[in-house]
Amino acid sequence: MNNPIGQLNKIFDSRIRIGIMSALMVNEDVNFNDLKALIDVTDGNLATHLKTLEENNFIKVEKGFIGRKTNTVYSITKVGEKAFRAHIDALEIIIKGLN
Amino acid sequence: MQDNKDASLEALQEIRSIMDRSARFISLSGWSGVWAGAIALVGSYIAYGWMQKPDYGYARAQINEGSVTSFSPFIMHIILLALSVFIIAFAGGYYFTYKKAQSQGHKLWNNASRQMLIQLLFPLLVGGIFTMFFIYYGCAIFIAPACLVFYGLALISASRHTLSDIRYLGMLDVVLGCVNLFFPGHGLLFWAAGFGLLHILYGVIMWNKYDK
Repeated sequence: MNNPIGQLNKIFDSRIRIGIMSALMVNEDVNFNDLKALIDVTDGNLATHLKTLEENNFIKVEKGFIGRKTNTVYSITKVGEKAFRAHIDALEIIIKGLN
Repeated sequence: MQDNKDASLEALQEIRSIMDRSARFISLSGWSGVWAGAIALVGSYIAYGWMQKPDYGYARAQINEGSVTSFSPFIMHIILLALSVFIIAFAGGYYFTYKKAQSQGHKLWNNASRQMLIQLLFPLLVGGIFTMFFIYYGCAIFIAPACLVFYGLALISASRHTLSDIRYLGMLDVVLGCVNLFFPGHGLLFWAAGFGLLHILYGVIMWNKYDK
């Protein structure tokens, strides 16, 4: 039997990245400020984690404008959705396996 | 090993909480429902009182027969009353929900509440236009059924973005509106039941379930 802990994705080790992925799983897209309020992090911190997820092709970034203000929205990619589901499955197996 | 389990459980709970909070507006207070229902009942009572007045006797007969044409003074008064009821009910509902969001440390204006309002207001606006034209063309017997059906559909459409229980309130309002079509001339009674009693009942159930 392979070890479920080995199935956990290292990229989702951080609470902030888990938060971003969770929000994007259930919404078509979410903008930066809504993510910030939802996960309760600083701008810089959130931006760093978003960058990591983007570099891994887990999320898509679209820069737009509302009037003159920039409005950057984030959405999940197919790859990201698959990876995140696998991560949740692994978490579940760990919990069930130890009961 | 136990550490892994705890960490996993915590991660899953966090995922669930964020998913709920980002897609659904869960700060809706039960008191908002009770308030809206109480205001609707007061409004219905005032309208009922007006209909008993001799001055309005003719208008009442017209409404029951469904032969009111365009906007008579009586109809204008009823429209103003209905708008006041809507505004007072909405303002109070907003207040209780604002209080609840504040005590939970949630923001009132976010992605979920925006989605909820759009889904709610669009059917409501369409219903408003239909109702206005029913009044204008003298089809008074359709006013209460149209209000109930469109409001119910608005709630069903908004329920995807808030506490899902609100869907059942919407369904009951739609059914009540349809049943009202079989009983022309009793619009006010159905209106009071749908907007008054059902709201209060729903509010109490929600308060019991989520706020207590």
